[in-house]
Amino acid sequence: MLSVEDVVKSYAEPSGGRIQVLNVPRLQVAAGEQVVLVGPSGCGKTTLLHVIAGIITPDSGRVIINGRDITRLSEAGRDAFRAGTIGYVFQTFNLLPGLTALENVRLGMTFARGRHDLDRALALLDRVGLRERFHYRPDQLSVGQQQRVAIARALAARPKLLLADEPTANVDTGNQQRIIDLIRQFCDEEQVALLLVTHAPEVARQFARVEHLEEINRAARSSNEAAVAGA
Amino acid sequence: MSLWKLALRSLQQRRLASLLTMLSLALGVGLVAAVLSLYGVISEAFKRNSSFGYTLIVGAKGSPLQLTLNTVYYLSQPVENLPYSYFLEFFPAERRKAELAKYGGRLAEPDRDGRYSLYAAGGMAIPVCLGDYLGDFRVVATTPEFFDQLRYGENVDRPFTFAAGRNFQENSETYGYFESVIGARVARERNLKVGDQIFPTHGDPDGHTHEQGFTIVGILDSTGTPNDRGVFINMEGFYLLDGHAKPIDDEPPATEEVEGSSTSRGPKKYRPLPIEQREITAMLLRPSQPLFSMKLQNVINEGTQAQAAAPVGEVAKLMQWIVSPVQQALLAITLITCIVAAIGILVSIYNSMNERRRDIAVMRALGARRETVMAVILLESLLIAVIGGALGWLTAHLALAVGSQLIEDRTGIVVGFFTTSRAEWYVLPLVIGLAAVAGLLPAWVAYRTDVARNL
Repeated sequence: MLSVEDVVKSYAEPSGGRIQVLNVPRLQVAAGEQVVLVGPSGCGKTTLLHVIAGIITPDSGRVIINGRDITRLSEAGRDAFRAGTIGYVFQTFNLLPGLTALENVRLGMTFARGRHDLDRALALLDRVGLRERFHYRPDQLSVGQQQRVAIARALAARPKLLLADEPTANVDTGNQQRIIDLIRQFCDEEQVALLLVTHAPEVARQFARVEHLEEINRAARSSNEAAVAGA
Repeated sequence: MSLWKLALRSLQQRRLASLLTMLSLALGVGLVAAVLSLYGVISEAFKRNSSFGYTLIVGAKGSPLQLTLNTVYYLSQPVENLPYSYFLEFFPAERRKAELAKYGGRLAEPDRDGRYSLYAAGGMAIPVCLGDYLGDFRVVATTPEFFDQLRYGENVDRPFTFAAGRNFQENSETYGYFESVIGARVARERNLKVGDQIFPTHGDPDGHTHEQGFTIVGILDSTGTPNDRGVFINMEGFYLLDGHAKPIDDEPPATEEVEGSSTSRGPKKYRPLPIEQREITAMLLRPSQPLFSMKLQNVINEGTQAQAAAPVGEVAKLMQWIVSPVQQALLAITLITCIVAAIGILVSIYNSMNERRRDIAVMRALGARRETVMAVILLESLLIAVIGGALGWLTAHLALAVGSQLIEDRTGIVVGFFTTSRAEWYVLPLVIGLAAVAGLLPAWVAYRTDVARNL
């Protein structure tokens, strides 16, 4: 389903040099598989998700999703691919404040061709327990409710791969498990592959497969080694 | 969810700023629409009222435009006078002799045809005397032919009709020489009716009031022409008012009392003024053949005594030299207003871009293309432009509809809510387009938004 091969990403430094933030020789996720990615802050978790989502392009390497190397697509091609194939749950929910809960969910379908399904949007809201509040705006919802709407939005266009970037980081303890359960149930039911980034051990423990990014990301590993050597 | 809805929601989210921006644009568009519509009405009224069936106005030497404004529109200061003998130059010998016999006095060579009689024969020549007022309304002394022969309307084919009473007579049994007809607006504003007496003031609205009054025998139907604000009195009666006889050295004033009583404040009866004491301000002339107009105009203008002005041409010049530049200046001002409003749209949306970068990045992360987020911003400015523009147009035309009765009364032009000038069809889309284009810069900012940095 997802295959990351020799992906390297670096950024220009103010001093003029370049700093490598990502060097991942290999990462694979099978269709319907649920993988959790853990690692300390700054080890490139979000950057890796952005590369997989096609939001940023790697300097080199391949990202193959559903048999398609998205690094070879144009920007517009990646946008279209992302709209129809990838769901994204953000750490800070990122609901559009001017839209209602229902409209936010439907926004998840807006950019995917031919997937304007009001019934599905309502059904998803029903599943996350917010059917009655479909007309609420984000600022009228609690933090946990906002993240549930964001999950519904990420799944609205029936993606094949769901990327979740620390989805419980801003949610209170009581809601954390509910969010994780919702994500996992949805992915199970709809056979969606899941790559979930977290730094919470209690979340990571629930997954059969846990990947440590500082181990698979050579760039993070070398910077850690440099830091240890420096100490 | 459509992009239109996204744009609309964005506007709703910034309700106050969007509303204020729309209002500023509405003000600009409303001004443009109002100016264009009013210009259309003014222009139409001027053109339509420049012809009542006569092709030339003959008056004393001076400005032809002033002569036209004075005689046709009853505006501007009265011009100098012409001797009545000059007026008789437009008639054949029979009429000259008859007038001499009727009014008495002196007329050189009454047995010959008038110098311009060949041109005028078979046409019309109606004298008018101006200079007196009734309040702010101009008094027009003329002959009954004024209403019998002149026509008005778009095709200059509508005769003057009376809402009450009749045309005045040169010398009626009841009121002698002192009958008058008043325009519809005069009757309405001064609350006058048939049978009332009016007392004109001499030479100025604040001048001394003539002792001799005129009885209103007719009130004109509203015509939408300057005649609605005219006070028409019998010219013979006008001549007999104090101070209206041309002084001559060797004879006493001719407006002496002769016998009996007729009208007004005293038991007086008058006889007509002799020819040498008569003057006219202008004459309304239609030569027998249309082709003669230009020739006659040249012949008259070559003389030293009088000038002939073609009112249609003078009004066209007025429109071209004065009204058009004024209209262009007003248009320039209103267009600047619209440009300012368009800049307002730009500033309003552009200022909101900082707080919307994350929303744009989220849309991009959900699969929106750069062009899509750009389109949402453009649609937003287009919505402001269209709603603001429509609001402005509606306001201007609502005002036009509300004032339609007033406009019709004053100008005779029938306007309604949907009355539009041709220029509106060009200018309004331009203004709305301009406002929509104002969204280009913020749309470009949206296009360039870095997704990863703003998530």
